[in-house]
Amino acid sequence: MTSLHTPCLDTSVLLTPPALSFHGVSFSHDEKLLLGPCSFTLDGIGPTLVMGPNGAGKSLLLRLAHGLLSPTQGRVVWSNEGAPRQAMVFQQPVLLRRSALANLTHALAVNNVSRGQRVKLAHEALDRFGLSACRHTPARVLSGGQQQRLALARAWALSPQVLFLDEPTSALDPAAIKAVEAAVLDFHLRGTRIVMTTHDLHQARRLAGDVLFLSGGKVREHTPAQAFFNSPVSREAQAFVAGELVE
Amino acid sequence: MKKTLNLVLASIVVMGLSLNTHARDYIILASTTSTENSGLFESILPKFEEVAGIEVRVVAVGTGQAFELARRGDADSLLVHDTAGEQRFVENGYATERTDVMYNDFVLIGPTNDPASVREAKTAAEAFASIAKAKAAFASRGDDSGTNRAELRLWESAGVELVRDWYRELGSGMGPTLNTAAAMDAYVMSDRATWVAFGNRQNLTLLFEGDDVLFNQYGSLLLSEQRYPHLKHELARQWHSWLISEDGQQAIADFKVNGQQLFFPNAN
Amino acid sequence: MENNAFYVALSLLLSLDSSLIQIVVLSLQVSLMAVSIAAVLGFPLGAAVALWQFPGRGGVIVILNALMGLPPVVAGLMVYLLLSRAGPLGEWGLLFTPGAMVIAQVILVLPILAALSRQKVEEMLGEYREQFVSLGMSRSRMMPTLLWDARFALLTVLLAGFGRASAEVGAVMMVGGNIDGVTRVMTTAIVLETGKGNLPLALGLGIVLLTLVMLINAGAYMIGELSRRRTG
Repeated sequence: MTSLHTPCLDTSVLLTPPALSFHGVSFSHDEKLLLGPCSFTLDGIGPTLVMGPNGAGKSLLLRLAHGLLSPTQGRVVWSNEGAPRQAMVFQQPVLLRRSALANLTHALAVNNVSRGQRVKLAHEALDRFGLSACRHTPARVLSGGQQQRLALARAWALSPQVLFLDEPTSALDPAAIKAVEAAVLDFHLRGTRIVMTTHDLHQARRLAGDVLFLSGGKVREHTPAQAFFNSPVSREAQAFVAGELVE
Repeated sequence: MKKTLNLVLASIVVMGLSLNTHARDYIILASTTSTENSGLFESILPKFEEVAGIEVRVVAVGTGQAFELARRGDADSLLVHDTAGEQRFVENGYATERTDVMYNDFVLIGPTNDPASVREAKTAAEAFASIAKAKAAFASRGDDSGTNRAELRLWESAGVELVRDWYRELGSGMGPTLNTAAAMDAYVMSDRATWVAFGNRQNLTLLFEGDDVLFNQYGSLLLSEQRYPHLKHELARQWHSWLISEDGQQAIADFKVNGQQLFFPNAN
Repeated sequence: MENNAFYVALSLLLSLDSSLIQIVVLSLQVSLMAVSIAAVLGFPLGAAVALWQFPGRGGVIVILNALMGLPPVVAGLMVYLLLSRAGPLGEWGLLFTPGAMVIAQVILVLPILAALSRQKVEEMLGEYREQFVSLGMSRSRMMPTLLWDARFALLTVLLAGFGRASAEVGAVMMVGGNIDGVTRVMTTAIVLETGKGNLPLALGLGIVLLTLVMLINAGAYMIGELSRRRTG
């Protein structure tokens, strides 16, 4: 396991990570059912790892949860009033054609953070993710690993209650993967609900508190990580954990 | 970045303001390309501006378009060369006064080898008839200008039917028409002023001149105050009066290109 | 030698003839002014069409694209009829002034800026959309972000607009009247000199115009490259 240094914890947030429920959510495109119907509730402390073979609907599920897509049927429900503050980190980080610093201040401006606070928060976040030295570098000329860390720093600056990550490490080298995983755990320790997709079993073993397993657009299992890796129930999950090629 | 943006905005504002720096009194004079192209205005306008303190802004178009500009109330004064049209303009109430200002004459231009033997013609009608008979290429303004109107009257008096295979209507000003005629070795009728000042003659030369029917009278018109109350009638009247005054007439006579006088004052 | 257009152009430039300078300055003023106004209107318009779905959106795009080919003389005629004393805006007294020329050129340049910026912004929106929605941005909040991030592409669009404005003659001739010292610009001066048969002078003026346009393009290119290197 990654060694966890203790960040300054905001315990009030830690105690109440908002719970997320899918009530019979399905998503179709061009009359074709791509996901669901699925029902589950994420109310543990997580992190929740969404797993499954390619095309299982992992990214779709994340986008529905985050509100980037609207369900064709069913409802996405949060435990607290309205949707919580949330952010998402994509497989390919989407960065503005501006400096690293400007990427952060822009996100903060959009979230109505006062002008004075913006620069302070942005510098803090860049510092935390080891990007201070390249704050004036155009975001798009940073390395892949730096770009993903910048995307994480942007999310960090917004202090979300929920963070979605869609295959955030699939294009990175081991050192960069390690940095991203450490960052994910930092978010987790800050009390942010983590919902992350991956197809990498080892990564899931390192990070998961619970696992949501999908295949063929259906949720096959939602179990604590230990249980999932040691004794998966569904046939698809058994095959997946065993490293077989699952359709 | 913000600084640059402010600078750009500021310079745009300054630019916009500086577009409107002409505080001096001025009138819009609708006139013909022949007067503009020959350089007459460049010569006489400074003299008028000096004595009257009025700037004359010349919009040089064909006579037809000049009438149209005036009819719509877009010009304060009119100096054109189509006496019949000018008289109709007064009769129809658009203008209140018309005065002869100056004249020059039309000349017949053509290729030096003169395939239609225009040089031997005794009269303009004869010259035009011989062009038609030889089916030699003829370039016409075709733009309802004063020159175009005069040319059409001459064809009519020569009793010629205009056929498209040798008669070409260009729909252009005098200068462009001369350019085209030079390029295709065509005959062309021009006012003398534009011809003398014209710089791209190539193989063209003056072949026929001097018939009374080639007389080209210019007139100045005062527009109706009733019909166009918004126009600068007082300033236009000063211009009109100066043109036909001794000073104005002298200025016109003094304008020469290559030592040749191009317009002859005749305001009586 | 005196009949060589390049010689004429060079001596025009070197002599710094005051009436030539006046013509050059007016040309630049009118075209830059028109392009600035068209940019202020056209870029947000293009971005709005890229951002919002509304009935008739396809029609608007087709019209904007088609208007990129609007013949200058038609734009000139429209503005003439508008500003003529007998027209609806005749009271303004703008006909045969540089202001009228600016209006005509805005009409010519606006569709280019709007149509091309619509395309650029839409491409960029495809790339940014999910991140924007994730950040909780409204469409109207997306607009300035997209326009700023598309700035290098838009600079090229701006130059295309400037090219159209500085090159056209039909519209400024009709609404400006080619009045010496008031509304005479490079292109109308070239037409006039051609009419006088002064072909070397006309071509020389053309070379001067071309040189200016190239200088402006080179300047814009360098600014673009420098800030691209700086901000990515």
